[in-house]
Amino acid sequence: MTRLDTLRGPAAPLDHNARTIAALAVNPGCDRRALLDAAGIDKQKTATHLGYPAPFGQSPFAITRAKSFDALVKANGCAHLLRLLRHTLGLSISEASYSDISDVGGNDNHQVRHTRTRALLKRAATDGEGAGTLFDHPLLKLGVAGHQVYLEPAIIAFQIEGRFHVVEIKSFAVIDDQADAGQVAAAARQSAVYVHALRALFASEGLDPDRVSHDVVLVCPKDFANHPTATLLDVRQQLAALDRQLSRLTRIDRILDELPVGITFDIETQSPDEPSKAVSTVDARFAPECLSSCEMALFCRAEARDSGSTDMLGRTARDELGGVESIPTALGLADGSRSASPEQTEIAEQLRYVRRIYTEAVA
Amino acid sequence: MIALTPEQAAADATAAILADFTGGPHRGVIVDSPPGAGKTTLVVTAAMTLAGSGERLMIVAQTNEQVDDLTDKLASKAPGLSIGRLHSDGFTVPSRVTRHPGVTASNKIDQVEACTVVIATADKWAYVSERTWPWAIVDEAYQMRSDKLLAIAALFDRALFVGDPGQLDPFSVVDTERWAGLAWDPMQSAVAVIGRLNDLPVHRLPVSWRLPASAAPLVSEAFYPFAPFRSGTAAADRELKLATAGFPVAWDRTLNEAAATGWALHELPNRHTIRTDAEAVQACAGLATRLLQRGAVAHDENDTHPVSPDRIAIGCAHNDQVAAIRAAGVPAGITVDTANRLQGREYDVTIVLHPLSGRRDATAFHLESGRLCVLTSRHRHACIVVARAGIAELLDNHPSTGRVQLNVPVKFPDGWEANHAVLAHLSDHRVQA
Amino acid sequence: MSVISAYARALAVQTGRAQPVATVRHVHLSATPMVFIPLKLAGEAAAPLAALVGTDPANPRLLVVPQPRNRDLRFAFMAELADVMLPYVESFAGVTETVEAKTPYERSSDAPQLLVPNRGGIAFTKLLGRSTRFRRADGPYPVHPSVPVLGQWLTFLAERAEYAGSSALVAMTEALALHWATGQSPMEDANLATQLAWIAPPAGQNGPEAALAAEDPLTSPPAGPETHPDFDGQVLDHAIRAYETSSSPAQVREALRTQLEPTWTLMWQAVRLLRELPEAATVDARWAKDRDQFTRETARLADGGFPRGRIDGAVSAAIRLADLESALQTYEAQRAFDDPLVMAEHRVAGKAFSGEVVAVDATRRIVPPGKTRAAPRPLVTIRTSDPVRLSPGKRLSSSRNRKQKTEIVSIAGDLVVIQINDQMGRGSTPAPGSVPEVGEIVCYAELDPSGGQRPRLPSGEDTPWTHGGPPTPYVPTDEDAQEAWS
Repeated sequence: MTRLDTLRGPAAPLDHNARTIAALAVNPGCDRRALLDAAGIDKQKTATHLGYPAPFGQSPFAITRAKSFDALVKANGCAHLLRLLRHTLGLSISEASYSDISDVGGNDNHQVRHTRTRALLKRAATDGEGAGTLFDHPLLKLGVAGHQVYLEPAIIAFQIEGRFHVVEIKSFAVIDDQADAGQVAAAARQSAVYVHALRALFASEGLDPDRVSHDVVLVCPKDFANHPTATLLDVRQQLAALDRQLSRLTRIDRILDELPVGITFDIETQSPDEPSKAVSTVDARFAPECLSSCEMALFCRAEARDSGSTDMLGRTARDELGGVESIPTALGLADGSRSASPEQTEIAEQLRYVRRIYTEAVA
Repeated sequence: MIALTPEQAAADATAAILADFTGGPHRGVIVDSPPGAGKTTLVVTAAMTLAGSGERLMIVAQTNEQVDDLTDKLASKAPGLSIGRLHSDGFTVPSRVTRHPGVTASNKIDQVEACTVVIATADKWAYVSERTWPWAIVDEAYQMRSDKLLAIAALFDRALFVGDPGQLDPFSVVDTERWAGLAWDPMQSAVAVIGRLNDLPVHRLPVSWRLPASAAPLVSEAFYPFAPFRSGTAAADRELKLATAGFPVAWDRTLNEAAATGWALHELPNRHTIRTDAEAVQACAGLATRLLQRGAVAHDENDTHPVSPDRIAIGCAHNDQVAAIRAAGVPAGITVDTANRLQGREYDVTIVLHPLSGRRDATAFHLESGRLCVLTSRHRHACIVVARAGIAELLDNHPSTGRVQLNVPVKFPDGWEANHAVLAHLSDHRVQA
Repeated sequence: MSVISAYARALAVQTGRAQPVATVRHVHLSATPMVFIPLKLAGEAAAPLAALVGTDPANPRLLVVPQPRNRDLRFAFMAELADVMLPYVESFAGVTETVEAKTPYERSSDAPQLLVPNRGGIAFTKLLGRSTRFRRADGPYPVHPSVPVLGQWLTFLAERAEYAGSSALVAMTEALALHWATGQSPMEDANLATQLAWIAPPAGQNGPEAALAAEDPLTSPPAGPETHPDFDGQVLDHAIRAYETSSSPAQVREALRTQLEPTWTLMWQAVRLLRELPEAATVDARWAKDRDQFTRETARLADGGFPRGRIDGAVSAAIRLADLESALQTYEAQRAFDDPLVMAEHRVAGKAFSGEVVAVDATRRIVPPGKTRAAPRPLVTIRTSDPVRLSPGKRLSSSRNRKQKTEIVSIAGDLVVIQINDQMGRGSTPAPGSVPEVGEIVCYAELDPSGGQRPRLPSGEDTPWTHGGPPTPYVPTDEDAQEAWS
């Protein structure tokens, strides 16, 4: 049993998916999140157990819409998709075969599906035929913090003339050729995970990883209709960031080394306040942006509030306060009730000046 | 294949550009010019070539200083050429321009339109109408906003767009995504718009005559990943010597490292600070002062000269940092300015206050690759970067949650990656203060 | 964000209550604003679900789409919304005043003002405008004639909201954030309920307690346009099913009323809080711009003006950018000159300074660059304790005469010398009062309320080759009118 297993306790480790891996890039400086993720701990359950359930969820209407759009794009042997690929990639695809790898002869075992995925992709990459092939639900693997994890297969891999594209279907709308930039960015980060995993697979099969294109095909509803449209999305920058994040995950060992011996986040067998204490021993790097992306955010926010941390005011405010970490300190320096350490001389002088003109102006 | 010498490579590039511009089928030709690659020389050569065959042309630059520099250089190279320097009302044309007998300076277009070459800022050109020129040269075109080009494009038939794609992009105070993805998004650079709407040939100048052999490979790799260039000089061509040996203190050790290798990272202890971090500010001013005190002498392919104050610049990201460094006591004559205002300038030695020094979080502004590129590519001999320790961790902890707009070409290099590349290189030249 | 607002936020945490970041009100508040709280169906681009709308706090009108996936019901909703909004908007068109200008012209004496809870409300207003303005009352998919008219007005309002200082369509959280710093982050301030909890906590509670309570979706449902996922799953889904079996929208209406009414109350509470602040000096001038634009749009629509196209051409984009920049520049300067607390931000940043005039050389005359005759250029020396970070040559303005152009001559220690360049009368010496006097407290800033000049740009049909040549002018098509809305 590894230390990470001890941390998690008896619960089964959570599967990774492209979303969780892409999320590594959202707040890479947070040790707490890095450790919980590496140990495969269910953050949603943990947060709820600690009394701070995650502030977000997904509407059933959104889920239904996403499913029906996905089905529409794939209907009739991916007819819509092929039409879009012809148009977007400028390809003259006469016809394309479609293989669904969601189960292999009734077997949905990960290992079996992954082996099948590998074999199919390799064959497509090595046989000389130029015909297009669509591989739905390819089950890919990725090395994360020294472990091989399976990625939930939420994409289609499209192969034509030996070149592979990741096709990502999303249900947010592209209106007048633009979409919500936050959602597009999230899609780009997730697609980059698949491109990365596909390239890793190619490399391990002795194939040229560059045959997997960095241009991802993003399929979304067009304008206000249900009708799909496709846009090419260049994910090179997201790939570079992901490469770096994955290579940094080795620091988990460093975080583990700093933990008290025998500590566990196990929520099933410990008394209720034990996990809370245990989680608090690992430093978080809370920023208000966490509230929309991390299940633990409300717990960390409460912690920041309790300690009077300037983090709760947002990254910009914290930077404006010259790196002073606590609100009482900042205000104490401003009103002179707290003497400045040599390192705080400058910010103290500025805060005293700010306090003076603020007070003057408000009066 | 025999490798071309830098001179041959540059000459070939220039010849190809001129042939394409004056004889090619396109209405526009784009020239990407890395730092110190002889952009001004190209503009002057192109102007003289056209003027030599009896053609009239207009030249557009972005600031009055650029216009005056160009006018001065052109008039020096071609004393017989009639040049009109068009300027705005209330502007005093400097003597380096008015000293040339061939130059006519005026704030009225009818006073200068008869000149073979008329040169003005884009802002001034926007007030000229009902006239056309067969040829135009647009200098610093990557720093020109698309709407400025729109205002003057009707004045010329064909144009040569010259600029440095690695420097800072044009800027707007307005934060809007309204035109995202449109080819003519007015917030882009002029080159981005013409490039997206017209199929124009893109040339590039392959040799930096400014950057020494110690800097060209790094700057090329970090900021011009898809348009590599090399130094026009060999390592042995440039030498920076300090007349006195100095003391075993951090400032002097930093100067020694910079003189010996062309780079130095003057690293202060890790700490979050306000923007005008007194220690960092003091280090910038102090290093400049010590450099003069120690009698730096620069030897290059042209001559040997003392590094005088006008050959030294201190660059930083923000205006308040500029003010703080000036207030800290910088010897007279040394340039202290922001990256924006150092664009296009050249010095022997530059001292850079790293944009990320002392910060806890990076912002898009501080990460912008163009900013770091400008700051680390102004020098002929050495570049000294002053920074707090901890920038590598800051970069690693930076959330990559940027917004992505559809149909907007991805810009390379990414500021985050460029910063990592520069930092990795600097770590071999670290002097801890 | 400036260090001033960061300080105010810290102070808010300490005191348990939001702190002012403005001393006067910088937004116009109509005597009869229309509050509009739209909701959309999750997962859809622009499927309206409900709205609470009206000008009377005691009498909101609830509009719902009982089956949000039904296109006809959506258009019925839009027609109903038009029924509320158009009479309001059009009521301002009739009453005009004559504006004394070079060419005197007529301007509406007042204009509509729409208040939505947050940025999302503005974005959704824009989308509703986009999805309805191309519709037609005839042809294969006819809609009620009021729908495309409403679409045009929603588009107009949403586009006005892009201009800094416009009060035609206001996001309440942003209006509040202009005036108060809470003890939470700017991101959390986008939640009207928690933001107001910090600004005006209920009796017996402090800001942080009230804000925490206001995060409970049961007592403070989201202010839209998104609804809470739990509400969708546990309430709305059933209500919509009930409508489908019974054809009675009652259950859907009731469900959505519970989601909207708390926000309605908050919106009017916010209006009252803002009204308590004295109006800033230039609010009226900016509102006059909104009224100008409203007058023009009224005339354009009366002339049968086409709905605005989907995208801006190269020239119109450049013109709009220049106008947006000018509006922002003017607004920033006006706000600072109107409000010492806003000016304080510029002073901290070193872009403005305040101090006492210690010396004046009023009779100084020089030959200005580019001129041939000497003209008065008085020098004024000001002693300041502000950290001035301006360099010689920088152009400054002052609230004592916002039109007067001045520039920095020198800065030495705590003494700043400025030169006055104009607005001194026609005489050989400056007119009385045109130059500050010794002992006067003055404030100068690197801010230009004039907004700069718009560049001269070609007309759209003269768009040059560099920018793709002349675009095809937008003409509405049948296809646009029949665009799918599924």
